[in-house]
Amino acid sequence: MTHDQVFRVWRGDSVDGELIDYPVAVNEGEVVLDIIHRLQQTEPDLAVRWNCKAGKCGSCSMEINGRPRLACMTRMSTFDETETITITPLRTFPLVRDLVTDVSFNYEKAREVPSFAPPADLGPGEYRMQQVDVERSQEFRKCIECYLCQNTCHVVRDHEENKESFSGPRYLMRIAELDMHPLDVADRQKEAQEEHGLGFCNITKCCTEVCPEHIKITDNALIPLKERVVDRKYDPLVWLGSKIFKRAGA
Amino acid sequence: MSSTTDASAGRAQITARTLRTDRWWLPPLLNFAGLVAWVAYATVRAFLQRDYFVAEYNYLTPFYSPCFSNGCIEEAAHFGRFLPDVWFLPYAALTLPFLLFFRLTCYYYRKAYYRAFWLSPPACAVAEPHRKYTGETRFPLLGQNLHRYFFYAAVIISVINTYDAVISFVKHDGSFGLGLGNLILVANVVLLWAYTLSCHSCRSIIGGRLNHFSKHPVRFALWGYVSRLNTKHMQLAWTTLASLAITDFYIMAVSAGWFSDLRIVG
Repeated sequence: MTHDQVFRVWRGDSVDGELIDYPVAVNEGEVVLDIIHRLQQTEPDLAVRWNCKAGKCGSCSMEINGRPRLACMTRMSTFDETETITITPLRTFPLVRDLVTDVSFNYEKAREVPSFAPPADLGPGEYRMQQVDVERSQEFRKCIECYLCQNTCHVVRDHEENKESFSGPRYLMRIAELDMHPLDVADRQKEAQEEHGLGFCNITKCCTEVCPEHIKITDNALIPLKERVVDRKYDPLVWLGSKIFKRAGA
Repeated sequence: MSSTTDASAGRAQITARTLRTDRWWLPPLLNFAGLVAWVAYATVRAFLQRDYFVAEYNYLTPFYSPCFSNGCIEEAAHFGRFLPDVWFLPYAALTLPFLLFFRLTCYYYRKAYYRAFWLSPPACAVAEPHRKYTGETRFPLLGQNLHRYFFYAAVIISVINTYDAVISFVKHDGSFGLGLGNLILVANVVLLWAYTLSCHSCRSIIGGRLNHFSKHPVRFALWGYVSRLNTKHMQLAWTTLASLAITDFYIMAVSAGWFSDLRIVG
């Protein structure tokens, strides 16, 4: 079954651009990225970033009818056949052209997170990690770095000035992952609050809503990290308990 | 103006606040209406200072428990009466603020009211109306980190609510009794415990703060139970608002004589 559908696509660069309507043929079983590729047959200069077409590379992030999504994982069957589909680039990052944005903000933030820091006196093979200790961080390792969470987070989406002091959900999740690691000895909690802007997060859960890997970013990474900061900075009972029972590093 | 719409940082110059075509405004609107309605009802009831106790069946509404005011009916004041009986002081004035702040600083309610009341943001990928945003980095929102303390208080208050539910099985004359009011009180207490224990702070205290789950098998198991409950925190947050209002309304209605308690035993 084939039908024609109107795609309203953002064309232009950061200086000038507009939404242009294109009637495109849609076949049964196709996803939005298929339609964009078909459109490129008639509009060969339409810029779009894509790679795996399987929801695993995180390249084809864009906003489809205003919602941050992966084009390769958005089925055309989820739309009404008469509906005009609006396709725009990610609105949080600088535009390169058409649907391609410059996501280097994320690479800069990634570099600011200190890498895994095991105890200095631990030799190779001396520690055997148990499965239950691995499982929690495995959820975070599913991240495909599509940056949909970074794009939808209103802290930077609506406030460009916060980009300097806020790392965004993806990298706060990375800090949480390292902080939860049994062997990591770096002081992640203080750093999360003071260097990476954990306090900016008001846990409105948009990062979780848009995550194509269904990672519970807010519930399993950001809130636990906030609670660890509370343990450290605001809860005298936990502080007292850690002194009495010497549970530091538990 | 939001950075989403002013495009000054080299972003695509799209001026629309959002291009979403779904009814994104509906959830915040429903949250706004639901929370305003509940707060209005609870405020009226907390200051009404009557129809809060059914002496015959020992039913005490959670809005007046523990009843500490000199104005409390003696049988309803299980822990003494020492607060002045003035119109502006609710009879449970020592506990209601803790319950209010427990909910106000709850991670779920924060999401709900930041979206519904402060529009920060009203929905995902919908530009918020504020020029500046500092989140929970400074006073007063830095105080959201006190959720932990209000959780401790909520546990104590849940114990008191449990006590109220248990003693309501003993009628005024000392005999056992069971009525619809008992079932409502027990259901309310079970839901309150579920909501309290599903709290994110509880999850962290129980085991979330551990890095070596393998060294703490009991806490790891408890963390697993709380984590499962935690996934229902939003539903429990709303269900307990409903159960509190229903419990209070039922006891008020029986106390005021609008209808009599449906008795099953005694």
